[in-house]
Amino acid sequence: MTLLRNTVPPLITLALVLALWAYVTGPGGLPSYLLPDPVSVGRALWTGLVSGEYGPHIQFTLTSTLLGYGIGSIAAVAIGVLVAESRTFERFVFPYIVAIQAMPKVALAPLILVWFGFGLASKVVLVALICFFPLLVNTIAGIRRTDPELIDMARSFSRPAWWIFLHVKLPAAAGAIFAGLEIGIVLALIGAIVGEFVAAEKGVGYLIGSATVNMNVATMFAGVLLLAGFGIVGSALVHFAQRRIVFWERAPDPSTRGERA
Amino acid sequence: MTAAPGSDHVRLDAVRFAYGGSAGAPVLENLSLSVEEGAFVAILGPSGGGKSTVLKLLSGLIRPQGGTIRIDGTPVTGPRRDVGMVFQKPMLLPWRNVRDNVLLPAGFARAASAREVARADALLATVGLSDSVKLYPGQLSGGMAQRVGLARMLLHDPRLLLLDEPFSALDAMTREHLSLELQRLWMEERRTALFVTHSIPEALFLADRVVVLAGRPGRILADMPVPLPRPRTLETLSGAQFGTLALELRRLFDEAARPGARAA
Repeated sequence: MTLLRNTVPPLITLALVLALWAYVTGPGGLPSYLLPDPVSVGRALWTGLVSGEYGPHIQFTLTSTLLGYGIGSIAAVAIGVLVAESRTFERFVFPYIVAIQAMPKVALAPLILVWFGFGLASKVVLVALICFFPLLVNTIAGIRRTDPELIDMARSFSRPAWWIFLHVKLPAAAGAIFAGLEIGIVLALIGAIVGEFVAAEKGVGYLIGSATVNMNVATMFAGVLLLAGFGIVGSALVHFAQRRIVFWERAPDPSTRGERA
Repeated sequence: MTAAPGSDHVRLDAVRFAYGGSAGAPVLENLSLSVEEGAFVAILGPSGGGKSTVLKLLSGLIRPQGGTIRIDGTPVTGPRRDVGMVFQKPMLLPWRNVRDNVLLPAGFARAASAREVARADALLATVGLSDSVKLYPGQLSGGMAQRVGLARMLLHDPRLLLLDEPFSALDAMTREHLSLELQRLWMEERRTALFVTHSIPEALFLADRVVVLAGRPGRILADMPVPLPRPRTLETLSGAQFGTLALELRRLFDEAARPGARAA
């Protein structure tokens, strides 16, 4: 019943949007070089997938996204722990982290391509860099926000510092870490696509870019739909993992999730 | 080293403490207090009077800027295994089930010995939570959570119990129940207990001695024995002697709450 209530309204919205789309591109007379009709976008997507033409592109984008996301996330949590736990490390490094966090990392894309080449490596580096900072900041904030009375409680029972970190601070920060991971997966995808836009021979971003040159608007839309799919599946997976792992916290409402960044 | 019964188990001598170092306004000034082995002492006073600070000092979480704090004649330098503590809030780890929370002093069930696990389950049975060992703190009522806190305090069979307003966040009925339960637990082993509260009936009901602490800086205003026979029951609360003692404490308490109160 809940499933029905949760899925039916968005499906109705989708149907209405598709109907409107079909109307303006058909009887509405909007030229197809501006907006192709939904059927030809669907056909482009379908043939691209079935013929295997999209396969290598999808594989390239997913590889760079997931590799970069994994590396960036592990580094962010590790360094976040260091900053949160070591006053010295914090004093030397934290101001720069705040400064870099405020900078749009996408601007570094051309530089990273020069340094790491036009292949997979540069995309992985860019992705890792982009999803690193929100997770880093969330990890630090999460560990810092551990209830000090809870730490005192564990100390009063003679628990050693490493134990308190592992069993009190890290679980206390888990909610914030997952919020950072959820922001990160979407940013990772953006990083991969930007990298491919700037220079690549493969990838969904490259696919969209080359379709633009040929004015193949249907393929452009097909690429955008693919990316939307990746983004939705990715954040749903992270959200699912969060609900399973951080079971004691009510998962934040999707509309307010951004505030935890 | 075990002190002989009747001798001082806990001793504070001319203790001074200020948050923010020696320069800060003192929370405790020239505080001296001794508690004999096996006594139940209530520390009563207005909020902000440094009652909880006394317990924090005894737990070894903070160090005094002046004076000495001794347990069994040994200066306190950090948390001790033979001291157990309960807090105002239950302070349970929401990501661990009830049994693991009781076993926290042993490092959770996986790291605990079979004896410790058996002891945890026995303690949970004593506080009436045998059916809840697998529940998580989020699934417990306030009273149940505080019972878990009591069981956790007792896991390593501490000789000194520190209770920091453990029932103050609970409703009146649950408070009475838990007071009775605490008396029962205490009477089984007669461990030394320091119970911080701002409730006069609670202090009288539980303690052998009520120490009234005046605030800012905290000093002892009165040290009153409670000659009520044990076990005390809910009827004790409506007895004439209880009423007289409560009235006397009320007067002292008001004096303690007045600014510029003088030490006894």
